[in-house]
Amino acid sequence: MGLLSSSVSITCYRVEGSLEDPFMETVEKKLKHNMIMEIDDDVSEKAIGWTSLENPYQPKFEGSSFCIGPYLVFALRIDQKSIPAKVLKKFYVLEMLKILSESGRKYLNKTEKQMVKDRVYSILLRRYPATPKIYDLIWNYEGGFIWFFSNQKSANEEFETLFSKTFQLSLIRLFPYTIADLDAGLSDSQKEQLNKISPTQFSE
Amino acid sequence: MLDVSVSYNRYKFLGHEFLTWLWFLMEKDRSFLQTEVPELTSLEVGNRIVLENRFNEGVEIITIKGDDAGLEEGMLSLRKGAVVTEFHLLYTAGDHQWQFILKGESLNISNLKVPKTGEVESGRELEGAVLEKVYLFEKVIELINILYKSFIKLRISSEWKEKIVPEIRKWIYA
Repeated sequence: MGLLSSSVSITCYRVEGSLEDPFMETVEKKLKHNMIMEIDDDVSEKAIGWTSLENPYQPKFEGSSFCIGPYLVFALRIDQKSIPAKVLKKFYVLEMLKILSESGRKYLNKTEKQMVKDRVYSILLRRYPATPKIYDLIWNYEGGFIWFFSNQKSANEEFETLFSKTFQLSLIRLFPYTIADLDAGLSDSQKEQLNKISPTQFSE
Repeated sequence: MLDVSVSYNRYKFLGHEFLTWLWFLMEKDRSFLQTEVPELTSLEVGNRIVLENRFNEGVEIITIKGDDAGLEEGMLSLRKGAVVTEFHLLYTAGDHQWQFILKGESLNISNLKVPKTGEVESGRELEGAVLEKVYLFEKVIELINILYKSFIKLRISSEWKEKIVPEIRKWIYA
């Protein structure tokens, strides 16, 4: 979901740790290293990588283009190919009939069938374009927080994995307990108190 | 700190209690909201509220939605032991209004609609548009952070059991 959309969803994260200097060059290098790779003419089923906000289909990270004011702004892109089961079945059956007809055999054994299926699947993967999903994010490096523009569990998990792999920084999702523990300015004794509390019964 | 997935599940009741307390404040103690967030003009329940009642045998989910929906069912659910798990909220500051859904267990914000901003017509306008949006998102995130931090300090204090819970009960059974 794009941060410029009329309606957005936000998941907040805290980032701990720091990147080596020169900061901008480090970020640029790491983003480029984990940039989304096109898989449209490839047998790959899925690709995950960073892309740019302005040109998500032709990402560029040169010249601090990902930097807006005090924020680093870029996006996670997940490209996925999904071949309908009925399409796979159709081409598998056609291929099998062709092999039987050409060889004069009456049937294929289990291993041969699996090989045909795998081959057909690979051919179809090359033909099918991937569907891209783009999730923007805003990183306030000085403030140590990120807003990721999606609440989808799978998108958040992919983001957490790629972010950790790319930047080797600690990323903590902010939810009731982590906000209380890390961000609410509680003293050690208050944190102890927090760890002991149990649910309130509001009704009588 | 506890393991993240363990703490998410073990303490998600904090988010539910926060929303329940927030509903109480919106109905009975608006001055507290205005003291905590001086620029707040109003904070109201929008067109959706979800409550959850946990029994030994299972969970009852109560969803009230619609622009003209009455909230009596919600009060009845609170009397039966439910807590608020999700809200559609309308936040007004001056002439500007924000709308969003706040989920208790994660404090995630969804369907956030901010005051109208200009259209982006060229790449050169992108930077200004992003900064404007960030400013507007920040208002909602700040609002939630300020209120949640006030809640958590209250929640771990003796005032919670001695003063706040009795007041909330009084409101529920009024």
